Amino acid sequence: MSHKIVVGYDGSDSAKAALAFATDLAKAQGGSLVVAHVLEWSPYSFLTPNELEERHKRRGEELERAEAAILAPAVEGLKESGLEIETALKYGGIAATLGEIAKDRGADQVVIGRNGEPGLTSRVFGSVAISLAQAAPVPVTIVP
Amino acid sequence: MRNFSKVAALAALAMLAVSAPAMAQSLDQTINEGFANATGWFVNLIFSPFPGTTFPWIVMWLVIAATVFTLYFGFIQFRAFPHSISLVKGDYSDPNDAGEVSHFQALATALSGTVGLGNIAGVAVAVGIGGPGATFWMILAGLMGMASKFTECTLGVKYRNEYDDGTVSGGPMYYMTKGFAERGLPAGKFMAVLFSIFCILGALGGGNMFQANQAHAQISNVVGDYPGWITGLVFAGIVFAVIVGGLKSIAKVTEKVVPIMGVLYVLTALVILIMNYNMIGWAFGEIFVGAFTGAGVAGGMVGALIQGFKRAAFSNEAGVGSAAIAHSAVRTKEPITEGFVSLLEPFIDTVVICTMTALVIIITGQLVSDPNTGLYLLDEGASTIQTVDGNKGVALTSAAFSSAIPFFKYILAIAVILFAFSTMISWSYYGLKAWTFLFGEGQGKELAFKIIFCIFVVIGASASLGPVIDFSDAAIFAMAVVNIVALYFLMPVVKGELDSYLSRLKSGEIKKFH
Repeated sequence: MSHKIVVGYDGSDSAKAALAFATDLAKAQGGSLVVAHVLEWSPYSFLTPNELEERHKRRGEELERAEAAILAPAVEGLKESGLEIETALKYGGIAATLGEIAKDRGADQVVIGRNGEPGLTSRVFGSVAISLAQAAPVPVTIVP
Repeated sequence: MRNFSKVAALAALAMLAVSAPAMAQSLDQTINEGFANATGWFVNLIFSPFPGTTFPWIVMWLVIAATVFTLYFGFIQFRAFPHSISLVKGDYSDPNDAGEVSHFQALATALSGTVGLGNIAGVAVAVGIGGPGATFWMILAGLMGMASKFTECTLGVKYRNEYDDGTVSGGPMYYMTKGFAERGLPAGKFMAVLFSIFCILGALGGGNMFQANQAHAQISNVVGDYPGWITGLVFAGIVFAVIVGGLKSIAKVTEKVVPIMGVLYVLTALVILIMNYNMIGWAFGEIFVGAFTGAGVAGGMVGALIQGFKRAAFSNEAGVGSAAIAHSAVRTKEPITEGFVSLLEPFIDTVVICTMTALVIIITGQLVSDPNTGLYLLDEGASTIQTVDGNKGVALTSAAFSSAIPFFKYILAIAVILFAFSTMISWSYYGLKAWTFLFGEGQGKELAFKIIFCIFVVIGASASLGPVIDFSDAAIFAMAVVNIVALYFLMPVVKGELDSYLSRLKSGEIKKFH
C-alpha cells in the first residue's frame, strides 16, 4: 500500500521542519507527499463594498502569490528527493481545511509544524495543531 | 453636468470660506436657509399629495409596488424564508468557491449600508409624528418590502458587468440598460441616467447629510450644544481619509464594529423590554389601536400610515435600488439566490431592529398623553406629539433608552456615530457607481464626486433636521420612482429565474454541499 502524507506548509521555519520530517518518512515508507497551503478565510467576515467589488480579482492574486512564493519553492526544493509531489492550495479555516484535503486526496496522515510557544492567543482560541489533532480524519504528527 | 457639479462644489466651498469668520451659529443658519431654499421645489414635487387629499402619491407608489411584487411572486418572502437562511449559512455554497464573496458577506455589507440612523432616528421621527400606530404600518411595509428587495437584487446580479480584471459592477443602471435591451424595451438608457442622477442625490441626502445631521445631534446631546459645522468638518475629514486617501484601516474597523453595535443595540432593547415585560401587551395594543384609529395623532390614521411607510422605506431601502448595487458582487451561478438572501434585509432592518426602537420609545413612556382621555397631546402647531423633554429624532430614542439604562446614551452615541459613518461609506460607494456610470471611470472624475460628497457632510451637519430629512427622503424616493418602473418591466425575468430554480431545487439538481 502506498502512503500519502499531507504536509501543512506556510514557508515558516517550523513548516520547513515538518516538510523535512515528512520527506524522510515518505522516503522510508515509499510514499508520496501533498504540500498543502491554506489561506485563512471565513465566509462570515465583514467586507466593505469596495472589497466586495474587488474580491474575485484579489482572490486570483492571492492564489498566484501563494503558489509562487510558498508552494513552488517547496516543490523545487523537493525535486532531488525523487518523491511524487502534489500540491494543494485552498481557502478556509486552517485545521478544518487540512483535514478535508487529507480526506479528498486519500492521504493516511497529516504532518504539521508547531508554531512557537503556547501564548495567550492559543490558550484562548486554541492552536491549529491542537484543533487538527482533535478533528483530523487521519493520524496527525506535530513536528516541533 | 460635470461642469455644473464643479461649480456647485466651488460655490459650496466659497460659501464656507466667506462665512467662516462670522459667528458660528450664523454660519449654520446661512447653510440651513440656503439649503432649504435650493431644495424646496424638489421636495414639494416628490411629496405632492393626490389632488384633494393629504396623501403623498409617492407613499402609495411604494405600497402598490410592494403589494404587486408580493402577489406576483406568491408571497415569496414567507415561502423562501427558510431557504434564504440556509443560503446565508452557506449550506449551498461550493467549497471550491471559498475565498470568493459569500452570501453572508454580501448581506452583511448591504445591511451595514441600511442599518443606521433610519433605525434609530427615523423610527423616532415616525413615532413622534404618527404615534405608536406608525409602527404597525412600518412592520407591514417591512414585510412587503422584502418582495421588492428580492426582485431588485436578483436583477442586480443577473445583469451585472463582470470585467476582465475580475471586478464587478452591478445595480439598477445595469439592469435598466442591459435588461431593457434584452427584452426589446425602449428607454432603458434614459431610465438608467435618470436613476443615476437620483442615486447621486440620494447618496448626498439620506446617505450623507441625514447621517451627518443626526450624528451631530447625538454628539451635542451628550456633550452639550455646539455648532454643527465643527462635527461636519471632522466627519468630512475622516470620510475624506477613507474614500480619497484609501485609508482602509478605518473602513475595516468600522465594518467589524458596526455588526457588534447592531447586536448590542437589539440586545439592550430586549433587556429594556424584559424589564418592562408587563407593558409589552399594552404597547402592542397601542400599536394596533393607533394603526387603525390614529388615536389623537397628527393626521389621524392616514398620518400614522404615511409616517410608517415613509420611515420603513427610508430605513430598509426596499424598491430604492441601492441594495442591488451592494448585492451584485456575490459569487453565485444563480442570480436568484442573492434575491433570496436579500429578502432577509428588510426583515432584519425593519421588522426586527426598527420595531425594537419603536417598542422602547412607547414602553418607556416618552410620548405624552392626556391622563383623562388617553389621547396623545400634540405640540403647538399640532405637527408632532409632545414628548417628555421635547426630544425628537435621535434625541428621542436616546432619551427612551437612557430612561431605562442611564449610561446607555454614551453607548448609543458611539453606535450612532459608527452607523452614520458606515452608512456614509456605503452610500459614497453607491453614489460613485452612479457617477461613473454617467461620466465614465477615471481618477479625476471620481475625485470630483468624492470631494462633493465630503462637502455635503459639512452641510448636513450644519443644517437643521427639517430640510435635511425632507431632501433626504425626496432624493431616495426619487430613486424608487425610476427603479420600480424598471422592476415592473423586468419582473417576468425574475419569475423565469425563480420557477427554474425552484424546480431544480425540488428535483435535487441543486444540492446542498454541507
